Amino acid sequence: MLARENLVKYVILIYHNPASQRIWESFTAEQRTEGLREYAALNQALAESGEMIVSQSLADQALGRRVAVRDGQVLTTDAPLAETKEQLAGFYLVDCADLDRAVQIAAMVPEARAGLPGTGLVEVRPIMTYDLLGG
Amino acid sequence: MDSLLRELAPQVLGILTRRHGDFAACEDAVQEALLAAAVQWPESGVPDNPLGWLVTVASRQRIASWRSDSSRRRRELAVAAMEPGAGAVPGPAADDTLILMLLCCHPDLTTSSQVALTLRAVGGLSTAEIARALLVPEATVGQRISRAKQKLRAVRFELPEADQLPDRVIAVHRVLYLIYNEGYTASSGPSLYRADLTAEAIRLTRELHLLLPGDGETAGLLALMLLTEARRPARTSADGALVPLADQDRARWDAALITEGVDLITATLATAPVGPYQLQAAIAAVHDEARAAADTDWMQILVLYDHLALLMPGPMITLSRVVAVAMVHGPDAALAELDAAAPALDGHHRLHAVRAHLLDMAGEADAARDCYRLAARLTLSIPERRYLEARASA
Repeated sequence: MLARENLVKYVILIYHNPASQRIWESFTAEQRTEGLREYAALNQALAESGEMIVSQSLADQALGRRVAVRDGQVLTTDAPLAETKEQLAGFYLVDCADLDRAVQIAAMVPEARAGLPGTGLVEVRPIMTYDLLGG
Repeated sequence: MDSLLRELAPQVLGILTRRHGDFAACEDAVQEALLAAAVQWPESGVPDNPLGWLVTVASRQRIASWRSDSSRRRRELAVAAMEPGAGAVPGPAADDTLILMLLCCHPDLTTSSQVALTLRAVGGLSTAEIARALLVPEATVGQRISRAKQKLRAVRFELPEADQLPDRVIAVHRVLYLIYNEGYTASSGPSLYRADLTAEAIRLTRELHLLLPGDGETAGLLALMLLTEARRPARTSADGALVPLADQDRARWDAALITEGVDLITATLATAPVGPYQLQAAIAAVHDEARAAADTDWMQILVLYDHLALLMPGPMITLSRVVAVAMVHGPDAALAELDAAAPALDGHHRLHAVRAHLLDMAGEADAARDCYRLAARLTLSIPERRYLEARASA
């Protein structure tokens, strides 16, 4: 209630955009292997430190559906195949000491090097809880 | 039976570690013994000497895993480091539990490892139970515990030097308070298991208080938990929404917990050097003793916050103190203090909630609404967001 302190979890969101997609496609086989190796190393480091909760890559948006309900009817729309915008490509859910540490982890995601300040492809967000901070 | 096992867990672990060294292997063996008891006792009945039964089973388990361990040599080296000192005299079980608590909250461990190891080695919870309560996967908790044990390999199983003891006990307080806070959640929602953590934190703090009856801050922490816990039944409405202190139905507060907490903090303040937990407990006691919100002795609360701000400065204390200023000297005086403190509070999510509350009190409804809306966006708590959104649209 006063000096409250809680353990906070963070999600690290990884986006792809047409530019980053082109960079990836221009990579040699070795460069791609190196990128995947970096991911494997990051996954292992987070598992060993006890900070990893879950991490997943998302299939392409073209395989997804937009869902809406109108008058009780479920309406789905195929997402467009055109790579015109940013799309969510994967995420990490971590339980780490604080926001600084979450940013440190996010900086180890290979995509972090493809972004520009302010429009980076990797985003850190705290997870909301059911903790009662007042009363 | 669960509570008996949890009570005996640290005693068994203390005896085993004292006898064999190698805290890590003994801790695993005790977990196995607890599991065996949980399976066998309901069928065969609780043995006449449950402690002896657990020690025997855990010792056998430890030897069995020792034999099957292919990396025995590596273990032997580790054990050599953990061997009790030549002069070490077996102490009573009470000392063992204190040593265990201090060991689990060792400064070399990360906070989340301290929490997990304390719950398992002192609390007797299984990895699965801890994982459910902390809302993380079992593998994550398992990893934290084994990593923590590895880091503790060279640490002797004995009380720290007297000059280090106060700081080490403060680390235990922090972990117990964190465990309490983790459990202090809405009674609805996906977090039902977490309520167990509050009970567990209170149980372990009671135990620490029995071990260190003269330590004012341990008593203060226990009183703070009891006085906070007393309000739990009134803290949320039937639909899980947050009910602020001023609006709570005080008839639903737990009178027995309030009496126990008030007696404890009153006796402690009269005898021990004052500390932050005692002051927080004293503030909670003033709230809990008011029959109606309007009867609250805010002057006394403000004086206590003034002391607390000196002992433990920080944004949360500053913000809570400003609310007390508003109740004593009015919202305008509090808003002026808040503005003066704002640079140091930059970005703190509760700054806007407090400002909104003060503007509300001052009758500035439009400005309050904007502040409530901003506060609702910036909180990390779902029930608090619901509450702030409701205030914004009131």
